[in-house]
This record gives sequence, structure tokens and C-alpha cells, in this order.
Amino acid sequence: MPRLSYRKALNRALADELARDEEVFLLGEDIRVAASNVTAGLLKRFGPERVRDTPLSEQAFTSFATGAALAGARPVVEFQIPSLLFLVFEQIVNHAHKFPLMTGGQCAVPVTYLVPGSGSRTGWAGQHSDHPYSLFAHVGVTTVVPATPADAYGLLVSAIRCDDPVVVFAPAGAMEVRSDVDVASLRPVPLGRGRVHRRGDDVTVVAVGHLVHDALAVADDLADQVSVEVFDPRTLYPFDWDGLLTSVSRTGRLVVVDDSNRSCGIGAEVIASVVERVRLHAPPRRVTRPDGAVLPFAPALDRAVQPGREQLRSAIQHLMKDG
Amino acid sequence: MTEADPVRLYRTVRLIRRFEERAIDLVRSGHVVGGIHPYLGQEGVAAGVCAALRPGDVVAGTHRGHGHVLAKGADPARTMAELCGRVTGLNRGRGGSMHAADFAVGVLGANAIVGAGGAIVTGAVWARRRRGEDLVGVSFLGDGAVNEGMLLEAFNLAALWRVPVLFVCENNGYATTMPVAGAVAGSITGRAEAFGIPASVVDGQDPEAVRAATAAAVGRMRAGGGPEFIEARTYRFDAHHTFEHAVRLDYRPPEEVARGRSRDPVEIAGSRLAPDRRAEVDASVEAELDAVVAFALAGPEPDPAGALEHLYASGLTARAGGG
Ligand SMILES: Cc1ncc(C[n+]2csc(CCOP(=O)(O)OP(=O)(O)O)c2C)c(N)n1
Ligand SMILES: [Mg+2]
Repeated sequence: MPRLSYRKALNRALADELARDEEVFLLGEDIRVAASNVTAGLLKRFGPERVRDTPLSEQAFTSFATGAALAGARPVVEFQIPSLLFLVFEQIVNHAHKFPLMTGGQCAVPVTYLVPGSGSRTGWAGQHSDHPYSLFAHVGVTTVVPATPADAYGLLVSAIRCDDPVVVFAPAGAMEVRSDVDVASLRPVPLGRGRVHRRGDDVTVVAVGHLVHDALAVADDLADQVSVEVFDPRTLYPFDWDGLLTSVSRTGRLVVVDDSNRSCGIGAEVIASVVERVRLHAPPRRVTRPDGAVLPFAPALDRAVQPGREQLRSAIQHLMKDG
Repeated sequence: MTEADPVRLYRTVRLIRRFEERAIDLVRSGHVVGGIHPYLGQEGVAAGVCAALRPGDVVAGTHRGHGHVLAKGADPARTMAELCGRVTGLNRGRGGSMHAADFAVGVLGANAIVGAGGAIVTGAVWARRRRGEDLVGVSFLGDGAVNEGMLLEAFNLAALWRVPVLFVCENNGYATTMPVAGAVAGSITGRAEAFGIPASVVDGQDPEAVRAATAAAVGRMRAGGGPEFIEARTYRFDAHHTFEHAVRLDYRPPEEVARGRSRDPVEIAGSRLAPDRRAEVDASVEAELDAVVAFALAGPEPDPAGALEHLYASGLTARAGGG
């Protein structure tokens, strides 16, 4: 079976949607030459009207996309750096997200915001290493963080077809993942539906984005001690609460591994939402970035601030001792 | 209207004037909560600009937006109902004064964020022209907006991509309490000129002068030209916001206010009509506004159970907030 890379899956999703729907177009910095490699070959195939390289004007081109969407287009906006989302948070939250309600349902704003390489890029330090997906879940903007190439394809396609704004985080830690995929079998993946990557009976580990791969590795390592179920929400907002509750109701234990800062991160919401509904055998745990994290430059420091396999392993082991 | 039509222009100016005065009454009587930013004194700008537009053209307004909405052709009764928060309002009571929108007549909405409309209307016009529609857009903005970075980015995008948007700066002398001289380095028109956008200054108190200047700019844009800029010199007759009716803020010398109010667009447009014709128009506006207020106050209040209706165009529903 052919090997599909995560990056190529995103590229294929963009190409397929550009080919399928004339209203889809791309906006972003250096997308003409595919600096992020996600738009490779698209200019040649679809031309500069639909693969629009922009000046460095994130706020204006984000709202330009809002306007185009109000007029019926389906823009996909690529951001070079995850922290650029801070720069355009106002444009996304205060305008794109609020227009349908504020106008009493007169419009839709189907824009996709794509961040290839979110989270730590190792060595890019403080201002390039953020992973602000929890902010978008907090404000109620549809937010997806695909872990695998097939999900990257399927979720990006669904994001583009969605009538609401959607932020797509493609974690740097997942961008190099390749998997055996029958390309002909690639399909849209529904938004708001999680996926159990590994069945288990003792504990549910909710892992977000690239951390799914770490969770699977830890689950394998611990296989002779504990049976770990790995649940990948894929979409953080709207969250697949039914899927997760089904899993946790069976295992009775919960650990979340999440690349957000701890306070108000999605991990906190996952735990709160589960304990509101399910009586667990042991207090739940979460493995996250520290509060207020700024990723330091030196590689050992950068790694120290991100949730890691060792932390996850010990969280699972401690939790099993707790009950 | 590429030709002068003094009666129609006067009627629009008079309608906006009396609409605002009625709205202020409704603020005082408690029917309009949150207050309004009265457009009193600036009526000639919205009336003159929109008189030179076609129904298919689009406009983006500001927080001081009732004049733009009415001049572009929204139903005054549904506009007033919106200010009163009724389901019969333009936005079904979800927007209020600062978000009144009527997509059916090309009003992409008043917008409470200073400087936000320019990029949105640029994107909307670009997307519709790409589909072969022949339209232009107008972005209304205040003198305060010319210091917002996002608006300057929007000038650049519109000029670079030759999107026919007319930026209309209503220079009423103040951003809240801040005089232009205390806030604007260089000049207002100089900002547009820096991007190669043709800019002119017009007497905003003379609706016919505004109409003629707009018709000329829009004519060039329809003939294939890029964006243009008009600075309309005007004066705000009343408060920045109706909260000022209760809280005296000391920032405009009384002599200046008297001088500003001496050039009244309603008088300037009215003086061009025969007195009996003018009296007829006044009577018809008064009769219309009686019906407008009656319609607004008769509208049902929205059902709190549907407070988050229209939040998502995709049909997604949000989790409730209760315990
Ligand atoms: C980005 C932003 N900053 C501040 C405000 C608060 N605010 C509302 S209106 C206003 C003054 C705007 O002045 P101007 O653009 O001249 O319009 P005018 O009120 O004179 O019509 C301010 C500061 C806002 N709404 N948006
Ligand atoms: Mg002003």
C-alpha cells in the first residue's frame, strides 16, 4: 500500500476541494511557492486567483476572507506561525464567529484557518511554538487537531465544507507522520466525532493531535501492566462527548494528555465534563504544558515544557495505584 | 442615482434625522436599551453616498450606523424594531443598534469595532466580482478609524488587488472625545494616497456634493478602476453616545458646537425644495415614522429559550450553561 504523509494529505485535501468547488480559494503568505509545502503544485493547477499570495497583513486578509465568505466563497487561510492566530483572534472571534448570530441568521462564514506546524517546531523558541487550540474551543469556534494523515485529509475536507469557521491545527509533531493508506479510500471525516485508536479496559487516555502517537507508544509499553484505551477526539470543539463517555463509562479511569497550557486548557474541560457525568474509580489526571508556558529555546528546555511520554506513563501508573 | 434628485435626497436626510430623534426618545423611554450613537448632523454623508449606489452594491457601516442602513434601503420599521430588540427587527433582535444588518439590500452590517469594515467589504466585493457580478462596495469609517492598523492593511489589499471599494471617512472632528488634531499625524487623505488610492475632500454637510463626488468615484470604479477614498467633512450635532446625555463630558467648546450645527444638512437639502414640496415630504416622513415606531413597539420580544439561535450556520448546537 502507498505511504501517505500528513503533509501530502493536507495538500491533497486542498487540491480536491479546489477542484470540486469553484468557491474554494486559498489565501496566505508565500503559498504561491508553498513555503510550508502544503500548497505545493496548487498555483500551477488552479492559478493565482485561487491560490492568492498575500502581503504580510494577517488582520486584513483574515477579515477579507470573512467578507468573501459572507459573499458565498469558501476561503482557506494559511498561517505561517501558530502565534499569528493571536494577531487575528479578534478578526476570527469578534467577526467571523459572531456574524451569524448577530445578524439573526442572515449569513454564514465558511472560512477555514489552517496552521501547518502548530506547537513546538524544536528550536524555533518562544514566539513560534504555541499551540492555542484551547482558546478557539473556549470561544466556540470549531477546532480540529488531526493526528494521522487520513484524518488530516478528512478533517480538512470537512472543515472546508463546513458552513462555520473552522481552525485546523496541524501539529508540527504530526507533520512528518506517514502511514499506509489506500489513497482511493480517503474520505471526509465528520467534525465532532472522536476515534478510538486502541481498545483497552482499564483506563481511557484522551490524547490530542501529535500526542496520540505518544499515547499509543506508552500504551504499548505498558501493555503487560495495564490495558489502555486511546481516545483521539480529533475535533476539540464541538467535542465528541458521547464517544468519550462511552469509553470512560467502560474503563472508569481518565488521563488527558494535551499540549495546552494547564490553566483553562482543553484537558481541564475534558476532565470537568467527564466527572460531571461519570463516577470514576480514581481521581483523573492530566499531562499538559505548565501554566503560562513560554517554550524556551534550548532543545532540552523546549522538551521539558511539553507533555512527554515519561509524564504520561507515570500519570497512568499513579492513577492505577489510586484506584 | 447618477443624476441629482433633490426631493429624494432631502427625504432620505430628513428620514434619518427624524428616525434618530425618535430613537433617542425611545432610549429615554427605556425601549431602546444600551443607547445609541446618534447620526445627527452627518445625515448628508450616508444619504449622498447611497444615492449614487445601485441596489446590488454593498456597504459596511460603523457603530454610528443607522444612517448607512437606512440610506442603503433597509426598512426603517424593521430597523427601529431591531433597536428595540424585537423579533421583527432586521436581525431578529440579535444585533441591536451597533450590528444592524440587512444583507437583502447590501448592508453587511453596522460594526462595533472601529476600522473593521474595510477588509470585510473588500473581501465581499472581490468574491462577488470573481463570480462575474458587477458591483462596488462602500466602507464607511470615522476619523478615529484611520489610526487603526487593520484598516490601513485593508487599503493596501484593496489597492493591490484593485478591488472597487469606496472608503468614505466621515470626519466629524472627534473620535469619542479625541479631536482629530490630537490623534492624526499627517493627514487623513494622505493615508489613502500613500497606497495610490485617489482621495478627495468633500463638504459632508451638503448631501448633493457628497452624491456628486460619490457618483464620480463610483463611475471610475465601475469603469474598471480600483478603490477610491473620500473624506467627508462633517459634524456630529449630538453626543458621541446617548450616555453623554446623562454624563457631561467637557471636550467641545460651545461656540464650536454652535458653528457646527449652523451648517445643517437637513436645511441645506431642504432649501433646494419649494416650501410646499418640503412640507409635503416632512409630513410623509412624520407619518412614516409614526408607523415605524408603532411597528417597532408592537413587535414581540424574542423567546429566551432561543437566545443562541443562529450561533452556528452549520446547525451545530452549543451545550447549555446551566448546572
Ligand atoms: C477598535 C476599537 N477601539 C475602540 C472602540 C471604542 N470606540 C467606539 S466608537 C469610538 C470612537 C470612534 O471614532 P470615529 O471613528 O471618529 O467615529 P465617530 O464615533 O466619530 O463616528 C471608540 C474609541 C471600538 N469600538 N473599537
Ligand atoms: Mg469621528
